[in-house]
Amino acid sequence: MSGTRELVRLALRRDRVFLPGWLAFLAGAVVLTGSSYSSLYATHGSRREVVEGLGSTPATLALYGRIYSDSVGGLTAWRVLGIAVALAGLMSFLVVVRHTRADEESGRTELLGAGAVDRRAPLAAALIVAVGAGVALGVLVAAGLIAIGLPVAGSLAVGAAFLATGAMFAAVGALAAQVAVFGRSANAIAGAVLGAAYLVRAIGDAGPHRLSWLSPLGWCQQLRPYAGERWWLLALAAALVVPLVAAAFVLLDRRDLGAGIVAPRPGPPAAAPSLRSPLALAWRLQRGPLAVWVASFAIVGVALGSLANDIGSVIGDSRAVRDALAKIGGQHGLADAYLATSMSAFGLIAAVYAVQAILRLRAEETGGHAEALLATGVSRTRWTLSHAAIAAAGTLAILAAAGLSAGGAHALQTSNATQLGRVLAAALVQAPAAWILGAVGLALFGLAPRLTAAAWALIALCLLLGQLGPVLDLGRALLDASPFTHVPKLPGGAFTAAPASLTAVAAAFGAAGVAALRRRDLG
Amino acid sequence: MMPTIEIKDLVKTFGATRALDGLDLSVAEGEAHGFLGPNGAGKSTTIRILLGLYRADSGTARLLGGDPWRDATSLHRRIAYMPGDVTLWPNLTGGEVIDLLGRLRGGLDARRRARLIERFELDPTKKGRTYSKGNRQKVALVAALASDADLLILDEPTSGLDPLMEQVFRGCIREERDRGRTVLLSSHILGEVEALCDRVTIVRKGRTIESGTLDELRHLTRTTVEAEVTRTPDLDGLAHVVQAHGRRVRLEVDSAHLQPALERLTAAGVRSLISRPPTLEELFLRHYGDDERDA
Repeated sequence: MSGTRELVRLALRRDRVFLPGWLAFLAGAVVLTGSSYSSLYATHGSRREVVEGLGSTPATLALYGRIYSDSVGGLTAWRVLGIAVALAGLMSFLVVVRHTRADEESGRTELLGAGAVDRRAPLAAALIVAVGAGVALGVLVAAGLIAIGLPVAGSLAVGAAFLATGAMFAAVGALAAQVAVFGRSANAIAGAVLGAAYLVRAIGDAGPHRLSWLSPLGWCQQLRPYAGERWWLLALAAALVVPLVAAAFVLLDRRDLGAGIVAPRPGPPAAAPSLRSPLALAWRLQRGPLAVWVASFAIVGVALGSLANDIGSVIGDSRAVRDALAKIGGQHGLADAYLATSMSAFGLIAAVYAVQAILRLRAEETGGHAEALLATGVSRTRWTLSHAAIAAAGTLAILAAAGLSAGGAHALQTSNATQLGRVLAAALVQAPAAWILGAVGLALFGLAPRLTAAAWALIALCLLLGQLGPVLDLGRALLDASPFTHVPKLPGGAFTAAPASLTAVAAAFGAAGVAALRRRDLG
Repeated sequence: MMPTIEIKDLVKTFGATRALDGLDLSVAEGEAHGFLGPNGAGKSTTIRILLGLYRADSGTARLLGGDPWRDATSLHRRIAYMPGDVTLWPNLTGGEVIDLLGRLRGGLDARRRARLIERFELDPTKKGRTYSKGNRQKVALVAALASDADLLILDEPTSGLDPLMEQVFRGCIREERDRGRTVLLSSHILGEVEALCDRVTIVRKGRTIESGTLDELRHLTRTTVEAEVTRTPDLDGLAHVVQAHGRRVRLEVDSAHLQPALERLTAAGVRSLISRPPTLEELFLRHYGDDERDA
């Protein structure tokens, strides 16, 4: 297809930061997990404890899947084939949508399509780049695991799992990009497919195991690295990729440029009386994504909350696991420790929401919308605070959704209504830490708008500190740099004044951002 | 009376680029002022400084008696702006955008809104991203014209409009002018500026190179004279001969030389004579031409 090669090069040029960043993050996380497990679980006995304890609780079964081998490799594969593989799928469809539907929406495809470029070339190029990134990730992962001394076949299988997931979700992204008219909605569709695949696998691994076979993410685990690899499962992945890609090309051939399968509907000819302030506009722009966040937090909250009460009975008397959980959660009650761990995970993910919501300001600026708005009687401060208010309240709302659903499920299981309030408080107490990251995003937006993406890197850093900090015995000062370190370990732990000081820090960052924004050029 | 817009010696740099290099602009109350210049001359940068989006490095800018940076919000209630590159929110309809921008400016006239939508044949129920470029511009135009602002700032407002809509636009601007509103019209369509504007300012490379009424500008430059003569006239040093085909000559004459040049033509025996003032386009091309020679 003429033009494909040039488009591949264009995509690589545009993604020169995004792709290497993702690859380094994912491959690094996998190899770090492998090497820390090699030292942490050096003895067979310690590994048996993991398999029989932590590895068989419904919560970890749901989060990470089942353990198929008690070797170091087996534990590593178990730990990374749950979440890291799903992140590879995320990367993959983001790349495809970014270079297909998002470009089509912005009109860039039209510009290119008028040249000597086949109409199928953009999709072909996007798929080549996404699958190519999957190959690169697979090679990095396999080579890294082999390098730290894990068996070759199993390491190759882990790499193959990353590649297969990348390819499958590139295909999902390709199809979603044909169905939806907006890049954002194509990402939402592909994201929903990924979320459903994860959920189906989680439920299957925690309960009726056959269900896991319905999920492409389940296949990756059934590849069973380091546990008698079942290579034929890769053919299953290919059998999914080929028809999806073929369908995407068929749909592409049958539609007009810019059109989707779902046609846009007309809307109201006049604005509702309520649409009369920057806050109302910010709400209008942000309510859709917020609703998706609330729903996802509620669903995952129910899933995690309903498992809490079983934690004790599953783990039984395994002292090691009690200690391990207590180390993370710092609690005595196992259910409380489990809930506290879950809520701090929600807190970190809520920071992703907070940053995304606040960076809508930057998107409004670069998209030219801010110019039109600020030429009316709206001040910069008022405009900024509108989006900041949505981001702050939205963070509370999604955490409340997680707390209410997890707390409600836990209260039903334990027939103890007070659990609802305890878990809700545990969720809400995360908000100030998430606000800080959002506020840092706001400060960057005011001071160095080109560097706003650094806010994402900070979230990744907090994730790494939270995950690896206790395991690697990092210095106190380093751990204290993450706001999440200071969040009270609720339920069960002592409530401290930290949320108040964290809120003050967030307010200070936010104020710095607003003050800086009043001084810089905009538009 | 204080001018509506008064810019003196404005400088704005972006890194190493000097976007504005001592630009002057003066727009009196109630006039329609054409703001002309090639791409990259600094027109949009000037407008963004007037809107308080950019902060000038040096020089002064006054707008409606206020400081465009410091008093941005209160000034904006008296300004209606149409950006050169209109981007609408993808999930808001055109009608919603018109209402929103109008309300944020302090209200809009529902009757005028309805009339403008009808005149521009705009479908207000479509979502932002489904509009074509011309229709996006119509949305921004209706939003700007339906407001009760004292000053209209229009940045290349008609670049995507068809000729029929261009006529509608001209009619609307004439009405605004008759109502006593001040208009700053940045445009590339010289016929439009000629038809609508009382005065023009031409900028190049961030500097003002001409400013005045069209008549004044014409006076500064050459008149085109075409004549059929019986003998070859002696015009040395008086005029620039563009074309000479046998007994037909075409000249460009500076205003100061018009009298002696015509005398020599008469001496050569004029059989027919056409004289016309330079069009804005010719004025403009002369400066463009200088631009190219500089390059």
